[in-house]
Amino acid sequence: MSTSAPTQPDYELTHLQALEAEAIHVIREVAAEFERPVMLFSGGKDSAVMLHLAVKAFAPARLPFPVMHVDTGHNFAEVIEFRDRRVAELGARLVVASVQDAIDAGKVVAETGPRASRNRIQTVPLLEAIESHGFDAVFGGARRDEEKARAKERVFSFRDDFGQWDPKNQRPELWNLYNGRYRKGEHIRVFPLSNWTELDIWQYVAAEDVELPSIYFAHTRRVFQRDGMWLAESPWVTLLDGEEVEERTVRFRTVGDATCTGAIESPAATLAAIIEETAVTRITERGATRADDRISEAGMEDRKREGYF
Amino acid sequence: MELLRFATAGSVDDGKSTLIGRLLYDSKAIFEDQLEAVERTSLARGDAYTDLALLTDGLRAEREQGITIDVAYRYFATPKRKFIIADTPGHIQYTRNMVTGASTADLALVLIDARRGVLEQSRRHAFLATLLGIPHLVVCVNKMDLVGWSQERFEEIKAEFRSFAMRLDVHDLSFIPISALHGDNVVERSANMDWYEGTSLLHHLEETHIASDRNLIDARFPVQYVVRPQDQHNHDLHDYRGYAGTVAGGVLKPGDEVVVLPSGLTTTIAAIDSADGAVAEAFAPMAVTVRLADDVDVSRGDMICRVRNRPHVGQDIEAMLCWLTPQGDLRAGAKLAIKHTTRWGRALIKDLQYRLDINTLHRDEHAGTLALNEIGRVSLRTTVPLFFDEYRRNRATGSLILVDEATNNTVGAGIILGPTGVA
Ligand SMILES: Nc1nc2c(ncn2[C@@H]2O[C@H](COP(=O)(O)OP(=O)(O)O)[C@@H](O)[C@H]2O)c(=O)[nH]1
Repeated sequence: MSTSAPTQPDYELTHLQALEAEAIHVIREVAAEFERPVMLFSGGKDSAVMLHLAVKAFAPARLPFPVMHVDTGHNFAEVIEFRDRRVAELGARLVVASVQDAIDAGKVVAETGPRASRNRIQTVPLLEAIESHGFDAVFGGARRDEEKARAKERVFSFRDDFGQWDPKNQRPELWNLYNGRYRKGEHIRVFPLSNWTELDIWQYVAAEDVELPSIYFAHTRRVFQRDGMWLAESPWVTLLDGEEVEERTVRFRTVGDATCTGAIESPAATLAAIIEETAVTRITERGATRADDRISEAGMEDRKREGYF
Repeated sequence: MELLRFATAGSVDDGKSTLIGRLLYDSKAIFEDQLEAVERTSLARGDAYTDLALLTDGLRAEREQGITIDVAYRYFATPKRKFIIADTPGHIQYTRNMVTGASTADLALVLIDARRGVLEQSRRHAFLATLLGIPHLVVCVNKMDLVGWSQERFEEIKAEFRSFAMRLDVHDLSFIPISALHGDNVVERSANMDWYEGTSLLHHLEETHIASDRNLIDARFPVQYVVRPQDQHNHDLHDYRGYAGTVAGGVLKPGDEVVVLPSGLTTTIAAIDSADGAVAEAFAPMAVTVRLADDVDVSRGDMICRVRNRPHVGQDIEAMLCWLTPQGDLRAGAKLAIKHTTRWGRALIKDLQYRLDINTLHRDEHAGTLALNEIGRVSLRTTVPLFFDEYRRNRATGSLILVDEATNNTVGAGIILGPTGVA
């Protein structure tokens, strides 16, 4: 399918075409107005879609900015393989901001214990990479439908010298006239997928044949149950009493740190099957599969204030 | 499936959050974990029932204050359409928020409490919706259960609202009697109001015809980014030069004779590229890349349009301005950065002609300032020429923002009336 071409004779765009056009507009606006943008690329489906849109925005030229992965060190091998292959195919430059390096350098202290997660401390290497590379705009794949605190975030989200977000001090955003002016030391986070829902993402992935890491599709994996979620067996998690590893047919709805990203039991091995499941699903992807978001109802808001994605 | 963006407006307690919660809930855009969180909160607060309004209540500060403070965006879809709701709160900062939420809306939904009837705020909401050029206005008369489902009361409110709306530029006005709390006429037609012959709100949202709202006549293409592949390995692309942008009006086709502003050079469109290949035509709001037949110099901020259909070109502009910041009032003599389409410049506010009382539509010609949430008519002069149309003709080429150069904050939203001396 070509999402850019009109399919209706009366000059209507489908919702995917409209969302695509809006995202491309945002991406081009940033490339035109900022000196050093960078696009976050985790290998997850949202960032894969965002990267796909960025490639479309500048075709036939190459991507005019590098991509950055904030690497917790707790990765699914399939995702890293996918990340490196995509970057090579595009001839893009990859910047890795490593949580392990930050820990080794004593800049952050890793949580310990069986429930240790590196999600929260990702903020430190992220902000450090932004500063050391002098990035002035950072594209993120966050969507407003993911979580209540995101519903009010702007497409251009302004951060102060400490990378912090102040929900009460956001610039009004009108029409498609984005204001990207900033002072030295400050930067802007940009969210081209703000208006997309999880279902839109899957529909677009199917329509555009966007490649994703294999862990998004049903596969057999050794998993154990914790807090009502299936977590993957990995060298980084210690089983608690009563937890038992078993083989299940699962897929992932989001990709994050392997220690706290849960899988769901699902036989959906194709995009069509995933879309069907997503259309009737009754649990948000974060609620189902992200242990880190369950900390408190205001969990995401607190982390965003600190400079999280 | 088409996309419809709508803005909601209502005074505090008219039931806006309940209505949105119900639309999301009934269209299954609410997930179990979100509902559980809301049920927990409701229970903890000692509510008698699960408060669907909590579903739309976002940030911590608001939960503490018990009010919504900013524009929040919500999403739901039916098999017919995808909807984006710009949910704007109904208190003091109302104007700024509604102007923001309404700027991209196709439709405005105004809530009225059936017991309280048409209030000053309802008039203000209707006025702002029309000022922002929203083509469709739907008035939901809510809490019909509390007025005994009375047709008479509904007709009374309708008549009063209509007589006010006659003074505004409303193209399409509808009224729906609802009960957001009980769901009457929200998704399904109500059994309690047999006398109502129209459709439910959701059905109305699905069926409103929006395709013809766009300007398909005046071709406008603000150049956003110049695409020049610099690929040593691919010599085919050596001479490629494309102008990327979002179509702001009209329909562009290869072969069209066009003029580039400000240079005034004319040429023809050689091809219109998308990443999926060449397209036969492009219209708003498609994001495409235009190639021109001749090697003319074009850069970001330039505008490509048809030779015989050009926008106004000028530096003296009349606009309605909404002031968005609490940090200082606007006065004549102010100098600000201005963004219009893809063009930045500086602007001098030459004159504040009047301040508009948005409740009475009275014009105060002696006003010396515009404070936060105030709207007035200004004359401004820009350092660079802008290529603009009247806002009511084209929202994309008729809108502008003003930015404070010291704080970089967006402080003003402008709706262009026309060139000075003409408008
Ligand atoms: N009886 C009745 N109460 C309603 C209706 N809609 C909302 N309410 C109540 O009115 C109050 C204010 O509603 P809310 O949605 O919070 O209003 P908002 O301030 O406009 O968002 C709440 O107590 C609601 O339960 C309705 O249709 N009928």
